[in-house]
Amino acid sequence: MSNSHGSPTHIWLRPTAVWVALVLLGLASLGSAYLPLNAFNMPLNLAIAGVMVILLWLFLMDLIGSAALLRLIAVAGLVWLSFMFALTFSDYLSRACEAPRGEGPPALRGDQQIDRGAFEGKASPPRIGRCSPG
Amino acid sequence: MSDAAAALREPWPDLDRQREGVSVGIWLFIASEVLFFGALFLGYAVYRTLYPEAFRIAAAETEVFYGSVNLLLLLTSSVTMTIAVDASRQGRRRIAIVCLALTMLLGAAFLIFKGLEYRADIAKGLFPGAYFPLQPPQTQLFWALYWLMTGVHAIHLATGIGIVGVFAWILWRRLLPIESPAIVGVATYWHFVDTVWIILFPLLYLVDRS
Repeated sequence: MSNSHGSPTHIWLRPTAVWVALVLLGLASLGSAYLPLNAFNMPLNLAIAGVMVILLWLFLMDLIGSAALLRLIAVAGLVWLSFMFALTFSDYLSRACEAPRGEGPPALRGDQQIDRGAFEGKASPPRIGRCSPG
Repeated sequence: MSDAAAALREPWPDLDRQREGVSVGIWLFIASEVLFFGALFLGYAVYRTLYPEAFRIAAAETEVFYGSVNLLLLLTSSVTMTIAVDASRQGRRRIAIVCLALTMLLGAAFLIFKGLEYRADIAKGLFPGAYFPLQPPQTQLFWALYWLMTGVHAIHLATGIGIVGVFAWILWRRLLPIESPAIVGVATYWHFVDTVWIILFPLLYLVDRS
């Protein structure tokens, strides 16, 4: 929330300026999605969304003018979220593959048995890492 | 007693500290909400990593027009909400109430467009189940997440509309002084709901459009 205590103009000025920036960023995100950037489309769209969220949190939720405690609480949620993502993907991205990527679950299912032969030198070792062929 | 003095509650020494207390409380709640929605985003990220082709096929069916209009509506509502907070802080009752009403209307417009979008989705049969029209089967994962994430977001937004409406009514009936810091809590919640849509927009509507 804004700290502006000025003239009537100031009530509208900052929120409107932020709104213009947010709308322009939204349009940029929408437009860029139709550009043939291949693998870079989604990272770009998410980066724009990240900038939009930062603008919103700093200037409309007024984190920029808030006490350090508030900013700490706001960041804390994001830090724990990053832990959740990091731990989850450290699991999924390092599992042995059971099927080619995109065609089935990459990990052992509950109804599957571990191929003990793989650990006794009777079969090829399990593939580790992302589920790429070969 | 002035409005500002009447807005002060125990145990706060002044309105600024009281406002800070409200902010700390609502931000703690928001931090927990970040993790709540974060779990849904994480589910999306994992399945999209595992089944990128299925997600590309599934996401092509979302209605980007409705998603974009709704983004514009929510961004605008966040601005009207911010103006309401500033007006409240300056004791400008009429502007604050009008902006709260505008915020509600914009939120309601979002839900109307969301309803139209849901109708279009259902008409295309895009609800996971035995007769789901897309292949491979993993496309249903995208649409399950779509319904879950947009549904939970819509519930949050509907709750926000109710809270904003009640607060506008309270101010209109002068049951609370216009300078009451409680509006900070209402506004922060509203902005967070907007934040979630900003993240959902690229995840659901902009996947592989080129």
